[in-house]
Amino acid sequence: MKFRSVFDIIGPVMVGPSSSHTAGAARIGRVARTLFGRQPDWAEIRLYGSFAETYKGHGTDVAIIGGLLDYDTDDERIRTAFAEAEQVGLRFEFITESEEPDHPNTAKIRIGDADGEMELTGISIGGGKMEVTELNGFTLRLTGHYPALLIVHHDRPGVIAGVANALAADGINIAHMECGRKEKGEMALMVIEVDQIITDSMIRLITDLDNVTQVSILAD
Amino acid sequence: MDILFSTVKELVGLAEETGRPISEIMIEQEMRITKRSREEVIGQMERNLEVMEEAVEKGLEGVSSTSGLTGGDAVLLQTYIKSGKSLSGNLLLDAVSKAVATNEVNAAMGMICATPTAGAAGIVPGTLFAVKDKLNPTREQMINFLFTSGAFGFVVANNASISGAAGGCQAETGSAASMAAAAIVEMAGGTPQQSAEAFSIVMKNMLGLVCDPVAGLVEVPCVKRNAMGAAKALVGADMALAGVTSVIPTDEVIEAMHRIGRSMPSALRETAKGGLAATPTGKRLEAEIFGKKAKESVVD
Repeated sequence: MKFRSVFDIIGPVMVGPSSSHTAGAARIGRVARTLFGRQPDWAEIRLYGSFAETYKGHGTDVAIIGGLLDYDTDDERIRTAFAEAEQVGLRFEFITESEEPDHPNTAKIRIGDADGEMELTGISIGGGKMEVTELNGFTLRLTGHYPALLIVHHDRPGVIAGVANALAADGINIAHMECGRKEKGEMALMVIEVDQIITDSMIRLITDLDNVTQVSILAD
Repeated sequence: MDILFSTVKELVGLAEETGRPISEIMIEQEMRITKRSREEVIGQMERNLEVMEEAVEKGLEGVSSTSGLTGGDAVLLQTYIKSGKSLSGNLLLDAVSKAVATNEVNAAMGMICATPTAGAAGIVPGTLFAVKDKLNPTREQMINFLFTSGAFGFVVANNASISGAAGGCQAETGSAASMAAAAIVEMAGGTPQQSAEAFSIVMKNMLGLVCDPVAGLVEVPCVKRNAMGAAKALVGADMALAGVTSVIPTDEVIEAMHRIGRSMPSALRETAKGGLAATPTGKRLEAEIFGKKAKESVVD
C-alpha cells in the first residue's frame, strides 16, 4: 500500500500549482536541509527530466529553495523564497540537465558551508509525495511501497539494535532495512522501511539515541 | 491489521454491516493507522476544509496566473449565474464556478488543498460548497464529505493511480469527480452502495481522459477539466440517488481505469508532448511563456 493516510488523498495543504512539481520539490529541499542539520551557505541544484523542462512555470525552483530554508509545503514564503534566501545569505544556482533520469521528476541537490557539504538526489512521485534515492554517494534502495526513515549514525556496535528496539517498543514493524558505511568506525547509514506511518514522536525517539546524528523521513 | 478496507466492495460491505456511513469508517481507519485521536484526525481535516473555503473565496474575487493563461473565469460564471439566465441550473453552475475558482488560485501559486492532486483540487471543494447551499450541512457533515471523498480516493490511489504522469487526467480529475460524486450522495442521505454507484457512473465517463497540459503547466486544460469534473460529479450523484446503478462494479471500473492508464502513450501522460499541448497554439504559448523556441520534447 503506497498510500496509507486519508491525508495523502485529501492533502497536502500547499502553495500551488503542482503537487509533484511544487509540493514534492519543496519536500525534497526540506529533507536536504534536515539531513544537513543547519542552514547551508550555498546550494547547487541540478534538475532532470520534467523538472528541468517545466520548473519555471511550476515554481519548482522557488519550492526547492523554500525547502532548503525549512519551509513546509503550506508556507506562503515559498513564493518569495529567492528573496528570503538572499536575506539569510543562501547563495544558489540552478542547472538544467538534458540527461534522461530514471524518474521524470528528479533533483540533485548539493549544499554546504565552511564546515562541510552534502549531496542528495530526490524524486517527486506524485500527490506531493517524494523519495530520496541517493545521499552522499550512497544509493538508497527503497521499494517505494512503504514509509521510510533514514538514520545517519556513527559506526558503533549496538546502534542498529538500539534503533530496532526503539521501533519495536513503539509498535512499529520493520518491512525492509539496509545498512551501509563508508569506512569502518566512521559515518554509517540505515534505511528502514516500516509498515506504519512515521510520526514526529518516532523521529524524536530515534534522534535521542546514542551515536545517532541525523534522522529524516525518506519517503512519506 | 490496521487497514479496514482496500476495495470499494469491502468499504461498502463494512458500512452496511455496521450501519455506519463511509466517512466514519475512513475516520476509524485513519485513527488506527496514524495512532492518533479522533479529535486530532478530525481537526486536521477541518484545517483542510478551511483552506478549501479560503481558496474558493479568493478565486471568486478574481485571480490571474503568472503565465497569464488562466484566471477570471470563476468571476464570469458567478456574474452569469446572477443574471438568472443559466440553462444548466444555478447549483450546477455554482459548483463549476467554485471548482474553477480553486484551480485558478492554484495556478496563481495560491494556497490550496490537493484533492487528490493540486491539478484536480477544484472538484471536491467546488461541489461541496455548491451543495452546501441546498443541503445546509453542519460543519461536521462538511468534514465528513472530505473523509468520504478520501475513502474512495484511498482505494483508487492504492489499486490504480491518482497521478497524471502515471495514468493520465482520468487518474486526477477522473478520480476527483468520482470521489466527489460519492461524497455528495452521502451528504444528500443516500446509502453507501449509492455512493459507490455514483462513483462508478462518473468514473466510467472520465475513462480515457489524457493529461496534455499546455507548456506543462497546471492551467490549460486543467482548470476547465475541473469545471466539467464538478458538473459530472453532481449529475452522477443525482443519477445514483434516483436509483440508477452501474452495470460494471466499482472495483472493476477502477481496475479498467488503471489498465487504460498503463496503455496510454507517454506523450499523453503529463509530458506536454501530445494532445492539446502539441497543437500549434499550445506550442506557440509554450514558446511565449518560456521565452524560447518551442522545445522538441519533454523527457518522461
